[in-house]
Amino acid sequence: MTGTNRPPEPPEPPEPPAPPAPGPDLRGTPMGSDLTRSMRRRQLSPQEAAVMEERVRRVELAISWVLRTGVVVSVAVIAVGLAMMFAHHGAWTSITGHTSYRSLTDRSTPFPHSLSALGRAIGRGEGRGIVVLGVFIPILPPVMRVAVGVLSFVYEKDPPMTIVTLYVLVVLVGSFFLAGG
Amino acid sequence: MTPLDFVVSLALISVAAGVLGSLIGLGGGVVIVPVLTLVYHIDIRLAIGASIVSVIATSSGAAAAYVRERMTNLRAGMFLEIATTTGAVSGAYLTTILPARFLFVLFGLVLAYSAFATFRRRHADAPLTVSNDRIANYFNLHGSFYDPAEQREIPYKVVGTKLGLALMYVAGLVSALLGLGSGALKVPAMDSAMHLPMKVSSATSNFMIGVTAAASAGVYFTRGQIDPVIAAPVAAGVLLGATLGARVLGRVASKTVRIVFVVVLVVISLEMLQKGVFA
Repeated sequence: MTGTNRPPEPPEPPEPPAPPAPGPDLRGTPMGSDLTRSMRRRQLSPQEAAVMEERVRRVELAISWVLRTGVVVSVAVIAVGLAMMFAHHGAWTSITGHTSYRSLTDRSTPFPHSLSALGRAIGRGEGRGIVVLGVFIPILPPVMRVAVGVLSFVYEKDPPMTIVTLYVLVVLVGSFFLAGG
Repeated sequence: MTPLDFVVSLALISVAAGVLGSLIGLGGGVVIVPVLTLVYHIDIRLAIGASIVSVIATSSGAAAAYVRERMTNLRAGMFLEIATTTGAVSGAYLTTILPARFLFVLFGLVLAYSAFATFRRRHADAPLTVSNDRIANYFNLHGSFYDPAEQREIPYKVVGTKLGLALMYVAGLVSALLGLGSGALKVPAMDSAMHLPMKVSSATSNFMIGVTAAASAGVYFTRGQIDPVIAAPVAAGVLLGATLGARVLGRVASKTVRIVFVVVLVVISLEMLQKGVFA
């Protein structure tokens, strides 16, 4: 956190000399180092700023696309899975009847909750497995979104934010593997 | 009530919860968990598991729209997710230790706070033009947004990142413990502590909620706390509702929405407290 020891400079030097303070942005890149520093928007020429703006915009649109696609896909999979479940269990589909939903919403209700069990259930064509998959899909876009974030900050040559997003990605992916037990 | 009735009625309620949640930036969980526990008498841990999926869904559905409208501060959001995801993983581990009654009481309290936070006067400070916050400057968390009312791009500066990070850790913890998006904690952390403009705070909060919830959903999924029969209608319903809600935002008088929402929250919060204390 030592990259911004310099007080805000007057804007006259468009390309300030290399800062004396050590910081992650120092191992920066030939042309990206000035981008990673604080107040960088101030130091960009209007043309550079426009290019930067355009890149950021493209990343944002890509993220938006990932989010929307995940939403549509998961709703479709959930609908198919539920339809299959009800098709396999005729008694569930009556509007009045003695089959209570409680048997399906107990803590003891069996359903696949590991990736391998999920794979087997889908392999057997169980509606329940498909539903679990549909419920699992919404969890993925945020993870993908952070992964896209890592890539975009690498592309923007922004080491501090790359490290930030990488940490978040590690926590997210780790939560799936450390969860057992 | 047969399984079909259950799935259909729950899906309809979830659509309503999704609309409400995305309008106010709080996520659908504030409605879903109480409905599942109080109306359908489902174990609160399974309710939380289902809700966390719906919370992710709400966030994704609405965030897609917000990002296109350029309201979200992606850099600040990503940066603060350091704290929220860490908090979420801690919270997901804590749920197994804490008794169900404690979860009810905590839920009631957080909800009451959410109601208060939504109701209190929002500061409409002018955006900051300078920032001495070294962390914010180093990571360049500042940004700008397009204000349709003034028809121009409004730049702003960010301050108070340390306080923001601390509040975000708590927000992540609460999110995982209760299956909420905890936008009620994230929005003030951004607009009060860090001086992000109100609309940017809401949009960025919605954006962060999905990532925060995904961190605890991984834990809940493997632990079998996400029952598909409950989670599926909730997730699908909330997704549809959130998509609708995101389209409406900006056209609805936000004050009216807040007042309606506060009344709903207070009633639900009392119900949950009552269940935790007397049940």
